[in-house]
Amino acid sequence: MQNWLSLKLREAKANKHSYILLAPYMLLFTVFTVLPVLISIVLSFTYFNMLEFPRFIGWQNYTRLFLEDDVFLIAVKNTILFAVITGPISYIACFVFAWIINELSPKLRAIMTLVFYAPSISGNVFFIWLMIFSGDRYGIANGLLIKLGIILEPLQWLKTEAYVLPIIILVQLWLSLGTGFLAFIAGLQTVDSTLYEAGAVDGIKNRWQELWYITLPSMRPQLMFGAVIQLTSAFAVADVSIALAGFPSVNYAAETIVTHLIDYGTTRFEMGFASSIATVLFMIMVGTNILVQKLLRKVGE
Amino acid sequence: MTFSFRLRKKRVNRSFWGSFSLFALLTLFGAFMILPLVYAINNAFKPLDEIFMFPPTLFVRNPTMNNFVDLINLLGNSWVPFSRYIFNTVFITGMGIIGHVLLASAAAYPLAKHKFPGKGFMFTIVVLSLMFTPAVTAIPTYMIMSWIGLIDTYWAVIIPAFAYSLGLYLMKQFMEQIPDVLLEAAKIDGASEYRIFWTIVMPNVKPAWLTLIILLFQILWGSDGNGFIYSEQLKSLHFAANQIVQGGIARAGAAAAVALILMSVPITLFVFSQSRIIETMATSGMKD
Repeated sequence: MQNWLSLKLREAKANKHSYILLAPYMLLFTVFTVLPVLISIVLSFTYFNMLEFPRFIGWQNYTRLFLEDDVFLIAVKNTILFAVITGPISYIACFVFAWIINELSPKLRAIMTLVFYAPSISGNVFFIWLMIFSGDRYGIANGLLIKLGIILEPLQWLKTEAYVLPIIILVQLWLSLGTGFLAFIAGLQTVDSTLYEAGAVDGIKNRWQELWYITLPSMRPQLMFGAVIQLTSAFAVADVSIALAGFPSVNYAAETIVTHLIDYGTTRFEMGFASSIATVLFMIMVGTNILVQKLLRKVGE
Repeated sequence: MTFSFRLRKKRVNRSFWGSFSLFALLTLFGAFMILPLVYAINNAFKPLDEIFMFPPTLFVRNPTMNNFVDLINLLGNSWVPFSRYIFNTVFITGMGIIGHVLLASAAAYPLAKHKFPGKGFMFTIVVLSLMFTPAVTAIPTYMIMSWIGLIDTYWAVIIPAFAYSLGLYLMKQFMEQIPDVLLEAAKIDGASEYRIFWTIVMPNVKPAWLTLIILLFQILWGSDGNGFIYSEQLKSLHFAANQIVQGGIARAGAAAAVALILMSVPITLFVFSQSRIIETMATSGMKD
């Protein structure tokens, strides 16, 4: 044991420079990412209002969250709904469009990549959807439907419970072809083209077989990376909800776990309770991600 | 573009109708992606009577710069001049990017090329942090910021950006493909690790710099202060934009103008760096 320790110490000393290079980043990473997660977990077992010292109350925050807080259950339902819809759809869309774009000539490919990536890079301008779904007849959505005679009066898109959720999902999908999409475009270009020729010789008959037997297995690393990116953003819906549906939204129709967290953390200052919301979200996100990683390892096996 | 569905290379196993339907799908969804932006760009140049016209139009008929003039007048009367919001956003974006590229590259080099105790653990934590969003840690982060005294300063947004984990991850993956011989040759010549990092590794990862720059640009340019900045004179362009949008109907023209300003910068940046970014992303994959 002592030998092992002294060996490790000697190894560490020999790599002094590695640690020095890592130190500034790791210091900030610890202070702004690792430490907050730990503090959040600890606080979730306390009553804390930012004024008094946190008081330990065991599992009370969690029992209150799941048994007494009706709005939280709406938030969980909405968050899971968003994640289940936007997660897989955006992931598949990222791949399918990258896959089709990859067949184009280089110039056209660059243009189409820009077209699909533009919304997610355009600096959070999703508020332009407010103009599209505005509640008067000058918004594109209302204007078009009235013109076509489908509706007679402008609809209050963002103030009607039934429409709010689908619209947020739509905008979320519009924003979702981001880093994962680029990773797929890049990954497709690195697939060895001799594999396709060899595949054709071995009896692969059409592009679908080619996709399943050659393309997908060769890009498993990118597929796993893309999954993490898409899933994490699918669970984090908040900005779009707040910008489009307001905060709080009509009858909490667009409440998500993150907006619920913001409510308790920044409006009501119930930090212990808010921390328990954060901890639940953290568990859901990391748990799902790890599960999906396990599943993706099986692609093409 | 007369049927320029030409394949990149003559590839086997392609049927015409298969290609046709896939490209039709691509065009359809491409329109969904780009039309809202086209609409926003056109709105920025529409005179007010065209913005409030029934039925609404996608394209502008009589383009005018009035909305931009309105925007400048509107903000010229405000307590904090418009130029200040622009300065704030540019400063936060610039400082954040410089610090992040330097720190993340320095940390990525040993993670990619050295062997030392604790390496696997550190990288695992960084990957794990890709799996949740900053919203999860907002409350403790606020507390830490106030302990260090960063609340209501630019640094509350800038310093956490230095330690953005996706950047470190992509940089490390990209550095792994630098040939070891290159580094060993320098080591034999007696170069220190820092010298190797600065003169050999850094020039070789320029595509990855650009990627880190654009990813961070995306975050910082659209940042509204994350709830850490209160003073009006320190607030960002995006925050000002949101306030204009809140103005509703009366501000529709100015809102469209500010949206155009906000989106044109990152899109232009991406147009010029696209091929470099794709090059970096090719190494982004997660190995088991």
